[in-house]
Amino acid sequence: MKSLAELQAIRDKMKNSINVRDDGEDKIRVVVGMATCGIAAGARPVLASFSEEVAKRGLGNVSVAQTGCIGICQYEPVVEVFTPDGKKTTYVKMTAEKAVRVVNDHLVNGNPVTEFTIGSVAK
Amino acid sequence: MVRSHVLVCGGTGCTSSGSHQIIAALEQEIKKNGLEQEVKVIRTGCFGLCALGPIMVIYPEGSFYSMVKPEDIPEIVSEHLLKGRIVKRLLYSETVQEDRVKSLNETQFYKKQERVALANCGVIDPENIEEYIGYNGYSALGKVLTEMKPSEVIDVITESGLRGRGGGGFPTGRKWAFAAANDADQKYVCCNADEGDPGAFMDRSILEGDPHVVIEAMTIAGYAIGASQGYVYIRAEYPIAVSRLQIAIDQAREYGLLGKDIFGSGFDFDLEIRLGAGAFVCGEETALMTSIEGHRGEPRPRPPFPAVKGLFGKPTILNNVETWANIPQIILKGADWFKSMGTEKSKGTKVFALGGKINNTGLVEVPMGTTLREIVEEIGGGIPGGKKFKAAQTGGPSGGCIPESLADTPIDYDNLLAIGSMMGSGGLIVMDEDTCMVDIAKFFLEFTVDESCGKCTPCRVGTKRMYEMLSKICKGNASLEDIDKLEDLCYEIKAGSLCALGQSAPNPVLSTLKYFRDEYIAHVVEKRCPAGVCKDLLTFEILPDKCKGCTLCARNCPTGAISGTAKQPHIIDKTKCIKCGACMEKCHFHAIVKK
Repeated sequence: MKSLAELQAIRDKMKNSINVRDDGEDKIRVVVGMATCGIAAGARPVLASFSEEVAKRGLGNVSVAQTGCIGICQYEPVVEVFTPDGKKTTYVKMTAEKAVRVVNDHLVNGNPVTEFTIGSVAK
Repeated sequence: MVRSHVLVCGGTGCTSSGSHQIIAALEQEIKKNGLEQEVKVIRTGCFGLCALGPIMVIYPEGSFYSMVKPEDIPEIVSEHLLKGRIVKRLLYSETVQEDRVKSLNETQFYKKQERVALANCGVIDPENIEEYIGYNGYSALGKVLTEMKPSEVIDVITESGLRGRGGGGFPTGRKWAFAAANDADQKYVCCNADEGDPGAFMDRSILEGDPHVVIEAMTIAGYAIGASQGYVYIRAEYPIAVSRLQIAIDQAREYGLLGKDIFGSGFDFDLEIRLGAGAFVCGEETALMTSIEGHRGEPRPRPPFPAVKGLFGKPTILNNVETWANIPQIILKGADWFKSMGTEKSKGTKVFALGGKINNTGLVEVPMGTTLREIVEEIGGGIPGGKKFKAAQTGGPSGGCIPESLADTPIDYDNLLAIGSMMGSGGLIVMDEDTCMVDIAKFFLEFTVDESCGKCTPCRVGTKRMYEMLSKICKGNASLEDIDKLEDLCYEIKAGSLCALGQSAPNPVLSTLKYFRDEYIAHVVEKRCPAGVCKDLLTFEILPDKCKGCTLCARNCPTGAISGTAKQPHIIDKTKCIKCGACMEKCHFHAIVKK
């Protein structure tokens, strides 16, 4: 190790790893429904897409987790986004591609993607 | 992409309760479910709650599973990791509430803790240097080597008020300053990892959970005092700690964090491990250095102090593992941050190993000044079986007993000395009403007699005589005069011994004499052991009005000392009774008492 820059490079590389292990209160939580209904409807690629996108952008304030069935199986894959201000946004019929947009618009820029939410889809 | 981390405790406690089998089962199940790319299993150091091991924490949820068995693994993998449903029945019971799962930091055990020395224990993979670096590791070393002068490093440590965590409590900065002031062609930095107190395991846990912190801190000290070589003296009975430290040293060398020209600063430093063979006296600094030199581990008189003439006759500093574990954070966060914790004369935090009659056996780190009662009753979860808290022993065989009446004393170096105990390395053994204080004193003396190196007479012969007197008291053969003689001998040994082992050996006796003299007197005068421990003073009796004559006791007595006819009260023949207590355990009617 000949310079501080080398040390910093390793630290940057490890950032995502550390982020997974931080369950702080001020984080945005993305929860993917992963019960049988969710998995059958294709929740796994959605989850993978969220994890990958969050890691790629190095979003330290986002944690991606999974949950069981929330009871609206016809709308699976369902993804809920909890922001630190206590708000919940429910996205339904998600795909890997839609996930990328949610990360960009909602998680990074703070604008929920209304057209994917249960309110618009259920109409 | 990894989205979930499963942390499994790989400390000695959880390893002995089978955490390696858990890890093997986890890896197998994860593979079976095709989750290898998504879930990472990490073997960490100690979480502290050893009583509930094996421990497993799953992130990002932060679910704390306790007492996990290999047969639980398929359920955890398929429910939690695959479907995202937390397996509530395996969660640490205190975290489960009706409406939500409490986070770990809200539980009684962790709420009052402040983790500085243990910051990375149970958080990182100790065998992966990049994880340590990810958690800010080696940035204190980077800062020191690129921005600070050696004298500035010493100033920060002095200013922080850090005192030696090994027992004596000598100011660390002053120790470094002495060694820095002595000119020599070669100086040494040593780490004392010869943790020998019965019941203490904080140094082991730090080395197992965060070995790089010790390497980083010792390198910083090397720069501060002008040393290029360090030694870690660690007991061979700590195989996991030894192997993780060796892995860490090898990785640090590979990454150029040990060796030549670290961070391009021109500063060289390297480390080697020396194994101790299990002698308690080698935890004493001069004996430790004598042992590193390859001689028999015996202490030598001071002065000259190690800072002047230490290892191989060169200026040397020796600090304990826990002391080292504080250094990098003091450098990064500053002396003021460290000073903000603790009491006036004892800054920072202290790790205690909780053991004995306590519910949450394990490792806790609290700010100095926390009271014994908070540690025992709140963090430690109190005494099992609803028994009464009687006393606690701090500092192992060198410390003293603190009675329940003084449990509200804020714990720091000076308060403990004032009440006749000492900080020691931080072993904290809790005793309840069933503990005989004379017996406890005898237990510690037996340990010191065994471990006395034999070099000086007061310790070699004196502790042996003390042990004999205590045995006499426990057998009921002593007179009141013997108690006075015992007390006198204590002061002689304290004054006359060469090293801390002998000087502190009488502490368990002196403190129990001070706070529990009535128990000594009961043994001598009434020939009675109030706690019902000393066998020679016990008699077992059957209460005729409670005995139903069920014959259960007679059938269980190994020496045939109980006789009687069915449905009639039985009696114990005291000449045959060996006081094993088997009858008392078996009796359904509480008809047998010991006096």
